[in-house]
Amino acid sequence: MDTQNGQPGGKVGSVLVVGAGIGGMQAALDLANAGFHVTLVEETTAIGGRMAQLDKTFPTNDCSMCTISPKLIEVDKHLNIDVLTNADVVGLEGHSGDFRVTVRKRPRFVDLDKCNACGDCLEKCPVEVPSEFDQGTMGRKAIFKRYPQAIPGGMAISKADRPPCVLTCPAHVNCQGYAALIADGRFAEAYQLICERNPFPAACGRICHHPCEAECNRREIDQPVAINNLKRFAADWVARKHAAGEDVAPPPIGEIDPAKARVAVVGGGPAGLTAARDLALRGYPVTLFEAHQELGGTMLFGIPAYRLPNETLRRDVAGVLAAGFEVRTSQALGRDFTLESLKQDGYRAAFLAIGCTRPAALTRSTDGSPMQGTDLEGVRLGLDFLREVKLGAKLGVKLGAKLGAKLGDGPKLHGKVVVIGGGNVAIDVAMTARRQGAREVEVVCLESREEMPAYAWEIEDAVEEAIRMNPGWGPHAIVGRDGKVVSVKLQRCTSVFDEQGRFAPKFDQATSSETSADCVLIAIGQRSDFSWLGENDPLWDPSKRFVHADKLSLQTHLDWVFAGGDMVTGPASVVEAIAHGHEAAESIDRFLRGADLAAGRQQPEPTPAGKPEGWFPLAERAVPPRLPVGQRQGYEEIEQTLDEAAAVAEARRCLACGVCSECMQCVKACTAGAILHDMLPEEITVPAGAIVLAPGFEPFHPHARDEYGYGRYANVVTSLEFERILSASGPYQGHVLRPSDRTEPKRVAWIQCVGSRDVQLGHDYCSGVCCMYAVKEAIMAVDHVEGLQATIFYNDLRAYGKGFETYYEGAKKNYGVRFRRGIISSIKERQQTKNLVLAYVSESGEVTQEEFDLVVLSVGLRPSASTGSLAATLGVELDRFGFCRTDPLSPSLTSKEGVFVAGAFAAPMDIPETVMTASGAAAMAAESLQEVRGTMVHEKTYPPERDVAGEEPRVGVFVCRCGTNIARVVEVDGVVEYAKTLANVVLVEENLYTCSTDTQVKIAETIREHNLNRVVVASCTPRTHEPLFQETLREAGLNKHLFDMANIRDQCSWVHFSSPVQATFKAQDLVRMAVARVATLRPFGDIRLDVDQRGIVLGAGVAGMTAALSLADQGFEVALIEREAEPGGVARQVLHLLDGADPQAHLARLIERVKEHPRVRLYTSATLEDFSGHIGKFKARVRQGNRMIEVGGGAVIVATGGTPYEPTEYRYPESDAIVTQLQLEEKLQAPGFARGLNEVVMIQCVGSREEGHPYCSRVCCQEAVKNALAIKQTNPQARVYVLFRDVRTYGFDELYYQQAREAGVVFIRFEPESKPEVGLEAGALRVTVTDDVLGRPIQLRPDLVVLSAGIRPDPEAEAVSRALKVPLNADGFFLEAHMKLRPLDFSTEGIFLAGLAHAPKSMAESISQARGAAARAATILSRPHLDRSGVVSEVDASSCAACLTCVRLCPYDVPVVTEEGVAFIEPASCQGCGVCAAACPRKAIVTRHYRDDQVAAKMDVLFDDALPEPCARAALKAGEHR
Amino acid sequence: MSENQPAQPAESFEPKVVALCCTYCAYTAGDLAGSMRLEYAPNVRIVKILCTGKVDAILLLRAFEDGADAVYVAGCALGDCHFQEGNLRAIQTVAHAKKLLAEVGLEPERLEFFHVPASAGPLFAQRANEMTDRARKLGPNLLRRSARQPAGGKLAKPPDAHPPLPQAKLGRLVHQADRTDVSTGGPAAPGDLPTGVQA
Repeated sequence: MDTQNGQPGGKVGSVLVVGAGIGGMQAALDLANAGFHVTLVEETTAIGGRMAQLDKTFPTNDCSMCTISPKLIEVDKHLNIDVLTNADVVGLEGHSGDFRVTVRKRPRFVDLDKCNACGDCLEKCPVEVPSEFDQGTMGRKAIFKRYPQAIPGGMAISKADRPPCVLTCPAHVNCQGYAALIADGRFAEAYQLICERNPFPAACGRICHHPCEAECNRREIDQPVAINNLKRFAADWVARKHAAGEDVAPPPIGEIDPAKARVAVVGGGPAGLTAARDLALRGYPVTLFEAHQELGGTMLFGIPAYRLPNETLRRDVAGVLAAGFEVRTSQALGRDFTLESLKQDGYRAAFLAIGCTRPAALTRSTDGSPMQGTDLEGVRLGLDFLREVKLGAKLGVKLGAKLGAKLGDGPKLHGKVVVIGGGNVAIDVAMTARRQGAREVEVVCLESREEMPAYAWEIEDAVEEAIRMNPGWGPHAIVGRDGKVVSVKLQRCTSVFDEQGRFAPKFDQATSSETSADCVLIAIGQRSDFSWLGENDPLWDPSKRFVHADKLSLQTHLDWVFAGGDMVTGPASVVEAIAHGHEAAESIDRFLRGADLAAGRQQPEPTPAGKPEGWFPLAERAVPPRLPVGQRQGYEEIEQTLDEAAAVAEARRCLACGVCSECMQCVKACTAGAILHDMLPEEITVPAGAIVLAPGFEPFHPHARDEYGYGRYANVVTSLEFERILSASGPYQGHVLRPSDRTEPKRVAWIQCVGSRDVQLGHDYCSGVCCMYAVKEAIMAVDHVEGLQATIFYNDLRAYGKGFETYYEGAKKNYGVRFRRGIISSIKERQQTKNLVLAYVSESGEVTQEEFDLVVLSVGLRPSASTGSLAATLGVELDRFGFCRTDPLSPSLTSKEGVFVAGAFAAPMDIPETVMTASGAAAMAAESLQEVRGTMVHEKTYPPERDVAGEEPRVGVFVCRCGTNIARVVEVDGVVEYAKTLANVVLVEENLYTCSTDTQVKIAETIREHNLNRVVVASCTPRTHEPLFQETLREAGLNKHLFDMANIRDQCSWVHFSSPVQATFKAQDLVRMAVARVATLRPFGDIRLDVDQRGIVLGAGVAGMTAALSLADQGFEVALIEREAEPGGVARQVLHLLDGADPQAHLARLIERVKEHPRVRLYTSATLEDFSGHIGKFKARVRQGNRMIEVGGGAVIVATGGTPYEPTEYRYPESDAIVTQLQLEEKLQAPGFARGLNEVVMIQCVGSREEGHPYCSRVCCQEAVKNALAIKQTNPQARVYVLFRDVRTYGFDELYYQQAREAGVVFIRFEPESKPEVGLEAGALRVTVTDDVLGRPIQLRPDLVVLSAGIRPDPEAEAVSRALKVPLNADGFFLEAHMKLRPLDFSTEGIFLAGLAHAPKSMAESISQARGAAARAATILSRPHLDRSGVVSEVDASSCAACLTCVRLCPYDVPVVTEEGVAFIEPASCQGCGVCAAACPRKAIVTRHYRDDQVAAKMDVLFDDALPEPCARAALKAGEHR
Repeated sequence: MSENQPAQPAESFEPKVVALCCTYCAYTAGDLAGSMRLEYAPNVRIVKILCTGKVDAILLLRAFEDGADAVYVAGCALGDCHFQEGNLRAIQTVAHAKKLLAEVGLEPERLEFFHVPASAGPLFAQRANEMTDRARKLGPNLLRRSARQPAGGKLAKPPDAHPPLPQAKLGRLVHQADRTDVSTGGPAAPGDLPTGVQA
């Protein structure tokens, strides 16, 4: 690599191009091919832009993908184009010539160097979201490739902010992830994902208070997703499988490293168990101490079994224990061990999580005095009661109660039970009391019903079971008789909390009541057992109520001791305890490694993801089945688990707010290790001498036009959605179906101008392309569905471009497309059929209704959403619509020096115009940087090529497994073994990924080491990978053509996955074929052409002069040849422009500059006599008077112009009062002229859209509007009538059309069948026109008739066409190489075209196109040599009979018969298609690399019995035979 | 394959089909069929060529002579040819070679030209299936040059309806192919396609 940083004049020879659609790609290629380094910045994850989304293109119905995909590859492989996808321009410094641009690369989360797009991740990703590329007509995964042919080919992951459910969950359990997995039917994976953050899914699935659901964005649509029920479902599904003996979702097992520091965990509740598991999974030897005999903490003994059965919890605990830590039960802190003893026993860290297990006693009465009666018989602490019931033990038994007793064995109650307390425990106590025999249960609490701390749903459960709530009372005294409780005295509680929110109940001593009681259960809170802590222990919190622990790290005042869970927070939820467990494990790990405890943990509160955009159908939240109240006698669970179908349906309600759920399934699936979920955004600074903006457009979003029902009616789609429906890779694989029921629509309507020409919406410009794409879509729809009737509702059919009018007429004639002029007033959907009834006002004013199966909204173009901030960053001015403000006569110039614009950001435009303006912008950037051309480009050097002539073929075969992409189906070992048996094969190797960088290095070494002279790679497609492997050959000193590929992925494993044996046979065949062919291949190089670095421009009109000056300003000498005596062309007659620019001043400047420019040689009165040569070296002989001049150049631009039509109709030129628009323009120069006019009639389409001249002249409507406005401005009283067929003021010219109508210009439409008639009687004019609206003739008596005469091709175009051997179209204009992608090129390389020679167009368009042609030419002229593909046809002169077959058939007119009488094919011009070789009767012509023997070798060997038969071990095993 | 396989009815034989695909359209469509995971008959072997314009009748006959049970040329849609009109030439060549096949007694349906645009993954799969089915129905190609059992090895002897042809005759036809091919002249107009061409 060779980079110079020489910067003459402080300029940088590098250009930044923003937007990698067709415009950006074209600008990048033109600049890179002209010696500039290019950085191409693209917002999405792949290049290709809007064009890649289209199915076909008008007016040729070319397949959009066919035409764009070679460009994608060209950009991708270009040595001097750096493509930055998923990136935005966020900063700009410096000035024109020397910018520094800050580019922010958003994380892709996939390493493009490692990803080989195998797609394994796609199968595993559970999240499906609407595909942007497919406009939401189908889904894509969260990890995705923008489209199948996308470049870069690697995957990307889209992530929004993290979903609110995950952020809200204290333990950050991946709710969206497991919902997605459940929706995908992958319950075991869902379970494992939950377990990563929540080791107690079965328990939490029952008892969690699920704050996640309160934040679920789905609540904005209907109800939150039943997240907790999903968790329970996954856990219970796994439990059911385990019960059936299936080994699914095994719990994670830690690999304990005995050398690591030992850790003690104190407390076997959720916090302690979580921490112990996490630490064990990190390899630490952990001992867990639990005071009870069994693990589980409060979950075990504090929660009644009708909510959480013991065995359910035990399942969770068993999963946790699998991590591999030691458990010591019945070991209480302070009783059986101390912190000191732990330290002595060698524990280096401890985590305390002893929970809040001690019930609080009722000590104070409502009047503040000590509580009376707490020692009466029948008064108990609720928590003790619960524990007793749950564990089946007697009250008062010390810790470590006997386990295994049956439920219901606990204490029996009778009579009336009063429960004091309003929390969850109180409710549990109340419901348990009922089950233990209480006849009546009453809950008394301080709080009002609304304030009760118990969860609403728990209170409802209790109420359902006839438990009485008696809120708002404080216990004054417990009254007893005979030592037994009989009642509770209560006083009204007026408030529970003080103004600071502290617990400070106030009572109304005057209001009291008494409730009878046979038993009183007190459930007013619980606290930790801190009896083991000394008075001045450093662990105390200042309040002495808790142990102090740092909020972030949970570290206590003893550095090796950490504490968490209820003992530091007070009673909280299980999931909060789990969260502490995780944090403690993280802290202890850091502590033991000596790492900073806080680093990276103090993060700002992240913003949760909002509800995704779009429309979601309503769906009822799943309600799990519940045990009927009548059956709730025992401890059977009240709430049941969702069944599979309900769970999947519920999971599908998830909106995937975060897009990627970070479930890590892709990471597990990716054998290449390419996925990096922690990738961060990156900002880089790119030096650039100039900037080209091509950010494109976005389709108008029709939600703003509600009357069309878009989003509400399934069968109303946008035109871009319809493109995807048409596309073979779209939602219905190319079948035209309607979304509601996937049936073929028979009646399809297009509605034009949706979001265009709409003053109300502020989109009052014309989008320029919708008419034509609608015509195209209608044609394609008819083509797809037999009997489909297409109807287009339109205002003016704007078929103004080259070939458009013929296309439009063809749609009517050949496809029966109906065109209805009218405004749609409403669309209604039929309930049953989902058909759509359109009501429209026809031009005659009638309201008509018609029913359709599908309606397509032809949505307009508007600037992409991101262009606002882009423009602000760069300091580029926008117009009121948000398009880039440009110079009227230099349409690529923005308001900022050094920043140029191309494509639909400048104005709505179609593909060829985008390509032209892109080349135009490239030319301007190149002009501004001409002195630093070539200073920043790289050129690669290779070792000299080894001469292999005379050597026997020594073939190396490299067989790729492509991860599992090939190997999963094709038996790769079998292919390898088979390849070893083939002739000429000296070495066969197998690779996991043959395309990986290290494998390339290895292959290069292997080639040298084994002296290979041929290489075959059996892997994927040569379309994308051949250049890579050829590069490796070159680096190993082999000619790149001694290579072939066997596509055993795209053609075997991916398409024959259900017949692996056949796929293996086929893979062996493909390898055999490739080996056979590669042996026949011969080395050859590229063709190096010398370039004459001067340009030739034919025609010195505005286009020719602009092109010549652009080339000259880019540093090239130019010969400018004009047959007239003066330069200027047709433009000399254009005196002013619609947008107010002064064309004559511009023309004068151009003329002055071409005459004075040192690098321009202008030849006037010069005619082309003779022309010869090829790309890089052309020669033109020019006659100037008697003088013959020979000019040479490496590239030629044809800008020979067009000519105004001289009318013969409408009585022209019988009267001075009948004039053309050009003549009127001249007359209007006299200020008095307009004032003298009373009535003017303008007639449109004179000589255009006629038989013989079927094309639209594109500029006449604007001419008419311009002159009409000019008359009205001077003389508002004058009546001006414009008689038209369609007003085609496309783009922003639409605004002038509106202006003209507002100024009172009357537009009257006529049908071509009843054209206006011009009468001339005694010098008086009379015009009769049949008004299309009124349907009757109108008589006008103008004093001036103005004919809008069209543009005709240059009369001498045919001579130029013959001389240059470049074609004309049927209309007589020059025909470009490709209507869409090569609008400025001829198919003969090195010759370009611009201006009216190409087709009618405005002056601004000619200027832009001329610069574009100059940019194209500069790609040749900028280099002294040109390397072209050596795949060309060659004539064996000795066999040639000069029969002229090749001369006749070559599509490029390359072969000639030489003076020696034999055919000669100029390699510089040959394209290598091989038509001549196929047709040559004596087989005297061969096409390199595709010689007959080289093609036939593959077929011959395919059937050759002498060669070994393919075989597969799997085949033998399976008993399959060929 | 085993030498001892008993003779089996013609329907069960596995034909081998050669598909000559142009780089820019048909081959690309084949890749797309792969990306889209469209399953199709595994009998098709693709031979990539730069442009279908390079195909001549000799090459097509040679494929049959080699032993292909069916052959098809797949190129760009009309007007889409990267090399302007290679596909038009191929259409003519195929039409001509079909006649030659008929002359030597081989069913012309064994040969076809298809337009397969680059974006048409499903169409690619459909054409592959179609030609495989056709070959399966027609039975093995009996024109095979080698002495070996027909492809698939399932036929003990050819059915009487198709007596084997002398190789010499094919050789003559190959020469005739040259001459006739050339005489068909310039490119066909898009609206004027030889019969038997399918989009």
